[in-house]
Amino acid sequence: MERSLAYENDLSNLEATELRLGLPGTDESEKQSSRNNKRSSAEMDNSCEKDEQECAPAPKAQVVGWPPVRSYRKNVLHQKNESELSGMFVKVSMDGAPYLRKIDLKVYKNYQDLLKVLENMFKCSIGVYSEREGYNGSEFAPTYEDKDGDWMLVGDVPWDMFITSCKRLRIMKGSEAKGLGCL
Amino acid sequence: MSEDEELPDLGGGSTRSSNSTAVSGGGGDHNYVSPSPDQVLENVLENVLCFLTSRRDRNAASLVCKSWYRAEALTRSELFIGNCYSVSPRRVTNRFRLVKAIAIKGKPRFSDFSLLPPDWGAHFGPWLSAMSRSYRALEKLYLKRMSVTDDDLSFAAQSFPILKELVMVCCEGFGTGGLAIVASGCREIRVLELMDSDVGDDEADWISCFPDNVTCLESFVFDCVEAPINFEALERLVARSPSLKKLRLNCYISIGQLYRLMIRAPQLTHLGTGSFSPLEIVAQGEQELNYFSAFAACKSLICLSGFREIIPDYLSAIYPVCGNLTSLNLSYANINAEQLKPVICLCHKLQTFWVLDSVSDEGLQAVSAACKDLRELRVFPVQALEDAEGPVSEVGLLAISEGCRKLQSILYFCQRMTNAAVVAMSKNCLDLVVFRLCIMGRHRPDHITGEPMDEGFGAIVKNCKKLTRLAVSGLLTDRAFSYIGQYGKLLRTLSVAFAGNTDLGLKYLLEGCPKLQKLEIRDSPFGDSALFAGLHHYYNMRFLWMSSCKVTRQGCEEIARQLPGLVVEVITRDREENETSEYVDTLYMYRSLDGPRADAPRLMVRPSLMICGKHCTSTECRFSIARSLDFTLSVWVPCISR
Repeated sequence: MERSLAYENDLSNLEATELRLGLPGTDESEKQSSRNNKRSSAEMDNSCEKDEQECAPAPKAQVVGWPPVRSYRKNVLHQKNESELSGMFVKVSMDGAPYLRKIDLKVYKNYQDLLKVLENMFKCSIGVYSEREGYNGSEFAPTYEDKDGDWMLVGDVPWDMFITSCKRLRIMKGSEAKGLGCL
Repeated sequence: MSEDEELPDLGGGSTRSSNSTAVSGGGGDHNYVSPSPDQVLENVLENVLCFLTSRRDRNAASLVCKSWYRAEALTRSELFIGNCYSVSPRRVTNRFRLVKAIAIKGKPRFSDFSLLPPDWGAHFGPWLSAMSRSYRALEKLYLKRMSVTDDDLSFAAQSFPILKELVMVCCEGFGTGGLAIVASGCREIRVLELMDSDVGDDEADWISCFPDNVTCLESFVFDCVEAPINFEALERLVARSPSLKKLRLNCYISIGQLYRLMIRAPQLTHLGTGSFSPLEIVAQGEQELNYFSAFAACKSLICLSGFREIIPDYLSAIYPVCGNLTSLNLSYANINAEQLKPVICLCHKLQTFWVLDSVSDEGLQAVSAACKDLRELRVFPVQALEDAEGPVSEVGLLAISEGCRKLQSILYFCQRMTNAAVVAMSKNCLDLVVFRLCIMGRHRPDHITGEPMDEGFGAIVKNCKKLTRLAVSGLLTDRAFSYIGQYGKLLRTLSVAFAGNTDLGLKYLLEGCPKLQKLEIRDSPFGDSALFAGLHHYYNMRFLWMSSCKVTRQGCEEIARQLPGLVVEVITRDREENETSEYVDTLYMYRSLDGPRADAPRLMVRPSLMICGKHCTSTECRFSIARSLDFTLSVWVPCISR
């Protein structure tokens, strides 16, 4: 009947409980759904399509343009979902300050933004980073503890690497940080 | 010109033609010449025609006789081009001489969902060339799904010195560099609106390019521009735009910046709030700005949108304006029912509400209880995936149908639905004009009864007698289409996806729906014989789209042969050698007065083929355009000398 034909397309619901003669994995309907998969994104790797044809039952591949949500909207919400799901909160301490603060590194786009915020938050002046001199000449220097437990100078590594490796921040007095800058 | 229900607001009617053919006495009587009967007729006509504003009325008037045709052509000042390829720009400018406002639509709607190759077409350039010669007094330009370049924008700014309104919806191809030229070049601009468009970030400080003096800006909408802007320049711009009523900011505007703008422009009626979150984490003890009072000061606000990166705590700031709101767009705000309720219960005048399904059925129940005047509801999915958790269902739909009896338009994305809820809506909301239900799982049946969704959609077309637009989804058999054919007599736009069993489905539609204008179908088992069932009707349609169906090349060629006034575009995806398909991937066909277009992607004219109608001696010719990376685009038109 019409209904069962349509149901065969809806693999995830009925495949597991469907009674049939013959070995599992040899069902006609699987090939049918694989063909549906082929109609998906043109950018999809051909080799990937062939894999899906062989293994059974094929998972429901996302089809191009379905559900019909405009790419603009999909992109905006997708970005938001990502950032909401994994905020990167790290503690920030400053030498001499009575209590710590916490900030979400994901909110910032680069070192400039981060340093500006730290300066505002702690009412201090951090100055400009240079590869050779670090933050020499400034009252304060920002440092961070990385995944290995080492204390590093903020600014040495690319931003993306920094936000994934930074565990906590510490704003050191410039005089103490001098040692780091001279290496 | 074709008909469409979505009229952009082009404003007033036509104006009398200044180049009237009458000769009237300006000086002494001895110069007076009695006008001929023709001229009298045309004078009278022009005086009468100026009262005809609807383009359908004008189309009818133009068919009466040649005189009326001429008079109408001279006095029509607003043009609507529903498909930019249905007629050539030159034909348009030859016929209509005095045009002040024009709306042009390009790509078919399914291009929004990545179903067309890039560079498919819909270029504004050719239209601009023709218009720059003939319509120098153009005041209003509305473009939808067109490809517009920075050069186009520059040329437009030069060509239309008194351009007052520029609205671009779902357009692409330009960037902030182009916007800079518009800002500086269009000195009379009152309305500049960019909506859902893909705007490139050329790092141009376009906001600073507006002229320094007081502007006549009334509406400034740039919420889709994904690029940072010069806030200080924007603040100064708002301060020197006393007529500004509509302002929609992009997500780079923080709530603190929004505050500063609002206190400069308390006269706003429409506000897009930008990100609605602070730039930085507010340090403890620091004074928060009084956003509540900023909203309270905007006594004329009736429309709110934005909330792009909302921190829900700030939502309470909008309480003062809720009671006046007729339109609220929270469709980028990931908030739950508890966060929605205190806001929505104040919005008793709300007519338009867009929201994310994150508010769940419970949130929709609150909407139903509070918004008795609701006319339009759109519920978008936070996760646009087939197998995601669905926070809204038939429960929400039912609640809305019971509480919002005046509902006219609904777009509802969900993961599960029942026929009973849809039937209930069909009986409760008799004013429905637009019903678009998207059950995101393909072929999903009524999740309680396991039945196809035929009866639900059948009830909608049967009971909602004003229905003109319908989008169906879920598990649907040919029966659903028989209902639509039987009852959908006013239906103009229909969207079908993953539905139907046999050719009968499409036949029911083509034979039953006399008003069908726009039919878009994807991934449904309709083939050539169904296609032929519509031969009597295709000239009355704006377009037919069929992708991933069972239509063959031969079928398309046959249609093209039998209907010379159609352009039949076929797109075939490149395939591996061992992959064959007897079916075309995409068929897009539309009526056209001017034959196939010359600007299909990566045009390659082979020497043996010529443009139809000129040199070709065969009975049909295939105007073949080859190969972008993924697509081959071919156009079939029978060869008839024009």
